[in-house]
Amino acid sequence: MTCVALAALLSHWRRQPLQFLTLVIGLALATGLWSAVQAINAEARASYAQAAAQLGRADHASLSAPSGWIARDAYVALRRAGWKLSPVLEGRTRLGDVAATVVGVDFLSYPMPPEADAGSPEITPERIFTAPGLLFAPPDLAERLADMPNLPPVVSTGELPPGIVMTDIALAERLLDRAGQIDRLLVLDNQPMNLRPLAELAPDLDLTPPERDTDTARLTDSFHLNLTAFGLLSFAVGLFIVHGTIGLAFQQRRAMFRTMRALGVSLRRLTWLLMAELGILALVSGALGLVLGYLVAAALLPDVAATLRGLYGAPVTGSLTLRPLWVASGLGIAVIGAAIAGAQGVWQLRAMPILAGAGQRAWARLSARRARVQALAGLALLAAGGGAVALFDGLVAGFALLAGLMLGTALILPALLDLVLALIQRGARAPVTQWIWADMRAQLPGLSLALMALLLALATNIGVGTMVSSFRLTFTGWLDQRLASELYVTARNDEQGAELHRWLEDRADAVLPIRGVDASIAGQTGEVFGMRVHETYRQNWPLIAAAPQVWERLEAGDGVLVNEQLARREALWPGAQVAIGADWHPDVIGVYSDYGNPVGQVVVGLDTLLARFDGVPYRQFGVRIAPERVPALIAAIRADFDLPASAVIDQAGIKARSLGVFEKTFVVTGALNVLTLGVAAFAILTSLLTLWGMRLPQLAPVWALGLTRARLARLELLRSVMLAGLTALAALPLGLLLAWVLLAVINVKAFGWRLPMYLFPGDWLILFALALLAGALAAALPARRLRRTPPADLLKVFANER
Amino acid sequence: MSVRLIALILCLLAGGAHAQGFAGLGTTAEGFAIPQRGTPLTFPQDHGAHPEYRIEWWYLTATLTGADGRDYGVQWTLFRSALAPHDGSGWETPQLWMGHAALTTPDAHYLDERLARGGIGQAGVTAQPFHAFIDNWQMQGQPGTGISDLTLRASGPGFAYDLTLTAEGPLVLHGDQGYSVKSAAGQASHYYSQPAYTVRGTLTLPEGAVAVTGQGWLDREWSSQPLAGDQTGWDWFSLSFDSGARMMGFGLRDGGPGYTSATWIGTDGSATALPDGALKLTPLETSAVAGRDVPTRWRVELPARGLDVTVSALNPQTWMATSFPYWEGPVDIAGSHDGRGYLEMTGY
Repeated sequence: MTCVALAALLSHWRRQPLQFLTLVIGLALATGLWSAVQAINAEARASYAQAAAQLGRADHASLSAPSGWIARDAYVALRRAGWKLSPVLEGRTRLGDVAATVVGVDFLSYPMPPEADAGSPEITPERIFTAPGLLFAPPDLAERLADMPNLPPVVSTGELPPGIVMTDIALAERLLDRAGQIDRLLVLDNQPMNLRPLAELAPDLDLTPPERDTDTARLTDSFHLNLTAFGLLSFAVGLFIVHGTIGLAFQQRRAMFRTMRALGVSLRRLTWLLMAELGILALVSGALGLVLGYLVAAALLPDVAATLRGLYGAPVTGSLTLRPLWVASGLGIAVIGAAIAGAQGVWQLRAMPILAGAGQRAWARLSARRARVQALAGLALLAAGGGAVALFDGLVAGFALLAGLMLGTALILPALLDLVLALIQRGARAPVTQWIWADMRAQLPGLSLALMALLLALATNIGVGTMVSSFRLTFTGWLDQRLASELYVTARNDEQGAELHRWLEDRADAVLPIRGVDASIAGQTGEVFGMRVHETYRQNWPLIAAAPQVWERLEAGDGVLVNEQLARREALWPGAQVAIGADWHPDVIGVYSDYGNPVGQVVVGLDTLLARFDGVPYRQFGVRIAPERVPALIAAIRADFDLPASAVIDQAGIKARSLGVFEKTFVVTGALNVLTLGVAAFAILTSLLTLWGMRLPQLAPVWALGLTRARLARLELLRSVMLAGLTALAALPLGLLLAWVLLAVINVKAFGWRLPMYLFPGDWLILFALALLAGALAAALPARRLRRTPPADLLKVFANER
Repeated sequence: MSVRLIALILCLLAGGAHAQGFAGLGTTAEGFAIPQRGTPLTFPQDHGAHPEYRIEWWYLTATLTGADGRDYGVQWTLFRSALAPHDGSGWETPQLWMGHAALTTPDAHYLDERLARGGIGQAGVTAQPFHAFIDNWQMQGQPGTGISDLTLRASGPGFAYDLTLTAEGPLVLHGDQGYSVKSAAGQASHYYSQPAYTVRGTLTLPEGAVAVTGQGWLDREWSSQPLAGDQTGWDWFSLSFDSGARMMGFGLRDGGPGYTSATWIGTDGSATALPDGALKLTPLETSAVAGRDVPTRWRVELPARGLDVTVSALNPQTWMATSFPYWEGPVDIAGSHDGRGYLEMTGY
């Protein structure tokens, strides 16, 4: 019996291969979209963790020189004083035609040398320490390097982060052309007793504690937040699609269920069979989706990796590994989505009397009730989201608001559309027009899930697009403001700083010393910077709140500026007082934006800083000079002061790099946008195809009344485009609201700064057009079918008993 | 963690005294100088490094007594290991250095290890004036006195020492004028000692500083292939008797009868080399140390000199848990002769 029943159930798919295909593709697309985003996130995070651990930053404090590098003799002197340190020399270079970061270490003291992969040739001390030496590289890089002529032998190791070549420091000196230089000294464990403190032995070196909570991680979090938001939204879109396709698969087979029940298949058995069928379908489609997600992620990852590397210096592999987490979550969404949708279908099946199972009216009545219930649920979700933000603090509340907003609005959409259509219908006079609107309303229940998916896709598109574009505008504007000087120079020590200052005074339009110390600010470690108030700052410094005469007061030592993060965290707006160190409580007279900086920062007048703190370093300078004179000045500084490239930075270079990074971000965002839209359009197509079978009885009378098939087909297209257009109109405010939540709620909760929102109406028009196109494309196939339906089929409608 | 990589580096470094059974040392020493019988040792030049040989060490041990009446032992060792038979400057030098320092009390054992590359000034040895150093550990002579007057310093987690050593006798050349055979197959090293230092100074322990006096023994040895391939470990004794006589003796273990060698040093400092088989070493009692059984009580017999003594560890747990681990610690001597000394055991 079971076998026969199952065969009967499955026969539906054999007779309707297109429906089967849409169901599988729908599930696969939803899974694919979700798992692609998850895969990218998981990969990037895994990369940082590995990088932090492998480069010794996670477990060891390190010493570095503000001027850029430590002389080898200084290292030896600290060693001779007893300190156990391990030198690291690091730099970008080209190895053959591959650009890589070369990390040179002393393998005798380096605490975590990489282990060669299995199958590598034997590594002997001779090969490591004597010419030509060995290069250790992650497998993909090792493979590329192996083909390069004139390079030392390469050893593949899975323990190195992407893009990193580790080698003995002797070889690194040659590759980087930096003889006698060291970038940082790892402070090793088990130091001997009775050592003189490092601060005394090497006062000009900075000690950085272990990066257990890495700066990289905190910075890149903002990027991941964007991706996570995308992930959540794609999850929602995916759920709707899964729900829609499965729901429709139930509705299509009502007649069959009725027949089977009438033939004696128990409700219980039918339920189990349906569940089993769905489970298998979900798993198969989910697996297909994973493959799809993998391909999408693999295609996008190089750009994401480039973004993260460029923006934050975080090494992320450009290649993808299958991680259990996102594989599980991808299959999870397919199965859970199918289970929820299936449960609803089964519940409906139980609730309806056997003989009414196939009745159109019964379904319509149920749908109307469902639309009302849905709308109410949607309102409740909106209220819950708002309530979460009002009642709770923190990121989770922000995400709750986001989820409530998106799901709530989606659930309200069918009722809203029905209302709009009813209003239009009331205004219609001509019979055909009246029929069009009425028919559209009748179609709504069947299309509502697809339209919800479209709504979410469009809103996501607008929301994330607005956020990314706003971020770009703000960030570049901020870069222009904060990096007002044409050139930034860091001296090796205070003496050289003083000399450099005098030297620069004669050659530049203005020299702005950048001097600061670490201090306790409002109970937490932060930075205090001294500023010589200059026209450059008056014109450019990005103040978002200021007391009157802020610059005059700052110069006079009557008050301080704080960065936005600190202001928001500690409620330090103009008029408040901030505690700095033990016994200083100056007035806050201004707040400036300081994107990307996780710590609190205070700016005071330079004289005030020097009066309040001892030993303020005198090494960094901003230099104002005509842009065309910059290259010559850089060359002169390097020649006269023997400073490394990293100690002389020109602002144009930084800006160009940052903007390049944003272009990469746009590629990723754009690709994900197109994908979500495509998936939503596909959902509409599936729904229309499903409705097709039921449409014939509705269209046949109209056809019989004289409307040609061609006209009916055109009307079909028009209807779909109209619905897509209406949905797009509803998506616009939702998308803007979403952008606002991301920029003004989630960003503030996550990072402590708020981004201003910019609007891009041109993008909306394009999106609107895309939505109409999606509607038209989705309806094209059914319309074409309608045009070609033989009149005999339409006539049969009147003959068949329905 | 690349255990394999570290092990490889350290096997090579560990060379010499602790080289038993390691790859690379049982092989031929291409390009490196080989010890030749009849090569006279010249001082002070030979106090310095011999980069053309593969391995070399400066090995000082001291048995001390504190003002608190307790017995102590101190070890200071600098190993040199060459990847190629030449010196060089900068990181590119093939000369690698390893230091081991230890301070032993009857109930505690402190130790530390340092690794360094020659060529950058982090470690090295000069002959005139004598100066051997790695990081902040150093053994330094006075100008013009060779190794007769030394200051010795080292520190590690939980310990430090600062000692002055004064030689009370002449240098002792082992084997044939400093040419010391290490196996029946003829492997050999250049080997001399200064076995007669009086020592005074200060030990620093977690519980505080303690003034000490006692006796010290410096071993100097260099070679390029000191052991035969089948030798698996060795037991090495430096014994100073209350009579003023001393004995250096070692037994190399292999699958068969092994190989022993000894030098008897008279009260006047005159040295007599004794051939293979003259020295008899018998383990009497083992202790469980670092998860293995190590003989910490020995019967040492040298019938030619009427020696029959029991040698017992001051602290059986003096395990050198360094990159290449071994046992090294002060011992007490009782029997036909009384005295104190040092014992080193590898390959257990």
